[in-house]
Amino acid sequence: MRFRQLLASVALGVATLATTGAKAVEIEYWQYVFDTRVKAMNQLIAKFQEANPDIKVKQTTFPYADYQTKVAAAILAGQGPDVVQLYYGWLDNFIGGKMIRPLRAEAFPAADIERDFFPIVSAMKRGNDYYGLPTAVRSLALFYNKKAFKDAGLDPNNPPKTLDELVAAAEKTTKRDGGGNIVSAGITLDMGGQDQHWWREVLVRQFGGAPYTDGDSKVAYNDEAGLKALTFYTDLQKKQKVGQVGFMDEGQAAFRAGLAAMTIDGTFRLGSFNSIKAFEWGVTELPANAQGVRSTFASYFANAITTKAEGEKLAAAEKFLAYVSSPEAMKIWLEVVGELPARRASALTPENVANPIYGPFLKGLEYAHTTPFKDELAQRQIAIDMVNRVLINGEDPKTSLAKAAEAEQAILDRAKR
Amino acid sequence: MSATAQQEAAPGGLWSRISLGQKQVIWAWGFLAAPLLFYVIIRFWPTFQAFYLSVTDWTLTKPASFVGFENYQRLFNDPLFWQVFRNTFMYLILGTPISLLISFVVAYYLDRVRFMHSFIRALYFLPFLTTAAAMAWVWRWFYQPVPIGVINDVLASFGIPQQPFLRSTSQALPAVLAPAVWAGLGFQVIIFLAGLRAIPVTYYEAARIDGLSEGAILRRITLPLLKPTLVFLVVFSSIGFLRIFDQVYNINTNDPGGPLNSTKPLVLMIYQTAFSSYEMGYAAAQTVVLFMILLVISLVQLRLMRDR
Repeated sequence: MRFRQLLASVALGVATLATTGAKAVEIEYWQYVFDTRVKAMNQLIAKFQEANPDIKVKQTTFPYADYQTKVAAAILAGQGPDVVQLYYGWLDNFIGGKMIRPLRAEAFPAADIERDFFPIVSAMKRGNDYYGLPTAVRSLALFYNKKAFKDAGLDPNNPPKTLDELVAAAEKTTKRDGGGNIVSAGITLDMGGQDQHWWREVLVRQFGGAPYTDGDSKVAYNDEAGLKALTFYTDLQKKQKVGQVGFMDEGQAAFRAGLAAMTIDGTFRLGSFNSIKAFEWGVTELPANAQGVRSTFASYFANAITTKAEGEKLAAAEKFLAYVSSPEAMKIWLEVVGELPARRASALTPENVANPIYGPFLKGLEYAHTTPFKDELAQRQIAIDMVNRVLINGEDPKTSLAKAAEAEQAILDRAKR
Repeated sequence: MSATAQQEAAPGGLWSRISLGQKQVIWAWGFLAAPLLFYVIIRFWPTFQAFYLSVTDWTLTKPASFVGFENYQRLFNDPLFWQVFRNTFMYLILGTPISLLISFVVAYYLDRVRFMHSFIRALYFLPFLTTAAAMAWVWRWFYQPVPIGVINDVLASFGIPQQPFLRSTSQALPAVLAPAVWAGLGFQVIIFLAGLRAIPVTYYEAARIDGLSEGAILRRITLPLLKPTLVFLVVFSSIGFLRIFDQVYNINTNDPGGPLNSTKPLVLMIYQTAFSSYEMGYAAAQTVVLFMILLVISLVQLRLMRDR
C-alpha cells in the first residue's frame, strides 16, 4: 500500500515536472540488438524528434535470444515499451497475451494499408484490424558465385532460371576429391537456414501443392506434390550429389568461403556477403518450375503499439509508428540496413528495380508468401528432421513426409486452444 | 558484561530473563537468517512454484489454469520424452565411469611424477577453465567433413572413409560427450590428487616392507582409502552429466540436440519447451521429473557407497 502511494507521488512529481518543463511525452521503443537496425532506428528517432519536439523516444535493445521472453514479461508486468518490434509470426502470441492493441482505423485506415503496402502485410491482420506495420521486408533469392560459374564453363551473367537449370548448374560446379567427397558444393543444403522456407513455400507450390489449407489451420503438404518436393530436395544430396547437409557446417559459411557455387538466402545476408573479397557474386530470383511458376518466402518484423500506451502516450506512439512506416523512414532503412521497403511505391522505384542486387528480391515480393507460423522453431525442427530421416536414416521420403505433417498438425492444433 | 548492563536497564524484560547460552543461539540464528532467507526465496520458493506450475497450462502470455496431471500424461505419452530420457542416461552411463577412470589413471601416475608436476597438472586443469560454449565450437569444427574437419582430414589422408560424427544418429552422442569428459577431467584429477595425497605414506611403507605388489597396494590400500573422494566425484559428476546442456546446445546450434534428437538431453528439452515454445506448464512438469531423477540417483549412490 505504502509502496503504491510512494509510486503514485513519484509519478505525480514526474508528471508535473514534465508538464511544467519541456512538456515532452516520453515513449519507449524496443527492438532486438542488430547493429545496423539500431543505427537506423537512432537516425529515425532523431529525425522524428526534430519534427515533434514534444515527444521523446527512448530506444531499448536486447539480444535476440531473450527478446520475446523479456517483452512478454515486461508488458505483462505493466512495464516495457509503448511501441514494440515483433516478428510477424509472433502476432497471435502477442494478441493472445493482450500485449499489443489493434491500430485505430482512424489513424491507420485499412484501405490505405492495403493499397500502399505489399500484400504480405496481411499477416498482421486479424478480423478487420491491423495490429502492426513493417518498415522493411525480407525475401529470398538465389545467390551465386560468378567465379565458380566461370570456372565451370557457365555464363556468369546468365544464372539458372528454372529448377532444371539449377540442377544442371549445380552438377557442373560441384568439385569432388579422389574419394568422391565433396570439396566444393554446387548448392548448399541447409534446412536449418533458409531451405525450410524454400521447401515449404516454394518447392511444394511449384510441384502443384500448397503447404497449408483451411485458413492455414491444416497441414496440406502430405500429398503427391509434397512428396515430389521432398524428393527433389533430398535427391540433390542422394542422387545428383551436388550438395551435402552439414558441409562447412552452415550453408552461408560455405558460400562465404567460396566453397559453394549457389545458396538460397535472404536480404538480411547482404551485409555479410558484401564483405566477400575473394570472388564476385550475383543474385537472381528463385528458379521457376517448368511451367514458369515462381514463389518465394517473405518475412518481416513489424512495429506495434502495446496495451501499456494510454492517453497522450498512445497519441505519441501512433505518431511514431506512422513515421517509422513512412516512405522517408523506409528509404533510410534501405540505405542503412539494406532491407527492402514495405511500401510498393518506395520499393518499386525504377532505380531499385534496376539494381542488380535489390532487383531480384523486389520482384519476388509480388508473388511472395509468408508462412503462418505458430511456433517457428518447432516447425523449423520438423522440417530439419524430415530431411534428416531421409538423408541419415535412409527412411522412405513418403513415410518421413507423413510423420512431419502429423507432427506439424499437432502444433497447429495446440495453438488453436 | 552487556548482559548485566541490560539487566539493569530493563529489569524484568524478556531479554534479561533468558540465559547467556540462549542469547548466543538467538544471535547465531539472527545472523543465519539472512542467508537462509535468501536461499528460501531464491531457491526453494521457485522450486515449489515449479511444482505448482507443472499442473497448470501457463504459456507466459496466457493466464494459468489448473489442468491436473495433463502435462504429465502428455509427457509420458511423448516418444520424444523417452528418447531424451534414454539420451540423458547414456550421458550418465558413458560419461561418469569413463571420466572417472581416465582422471584416476591420470592422477595416479601424475602423483608419482616429480618433473614439471605443477605444469602438467595445470595443463590438465586448463580445459576446466575454458567456456563450454567456446570449446563446443572448436570441437564442432574438428568434427566437420573434409575439407575443413581436422579429424576427417587425418582419416582421409590414411585412406580411411570419412566419418559423419555429428551428422550421424549413432556417433553424435559420443562425439558430444568427448569434449564434455575432456573439460571435466582437470577438476576430477585435482580432487583425486588431493585424495591420494591425504593417504598416509606410512601405510605404503609398511605394505612395501611386507612385500605387497603394486597391484595389491592399489586394491587393498589406495582404492579403499579413496572411497570418500570417489563418492564425492561419482555424485558430483553424475549430476553434471544428468544436467548436461551447454556442450550439446553449442556443438549443434542449428539443430540443438540433433540430428533427429539423438543427442538431446532432458535439460535441453526443458529449455526448448519453456523458452522457444513458451509452454511453461509443460516445461515445469519436465523439470519436476528431472528433479525426481536427480534426487533418486543421488540418494541411491549415497546409500550404495556409504561406509558400512
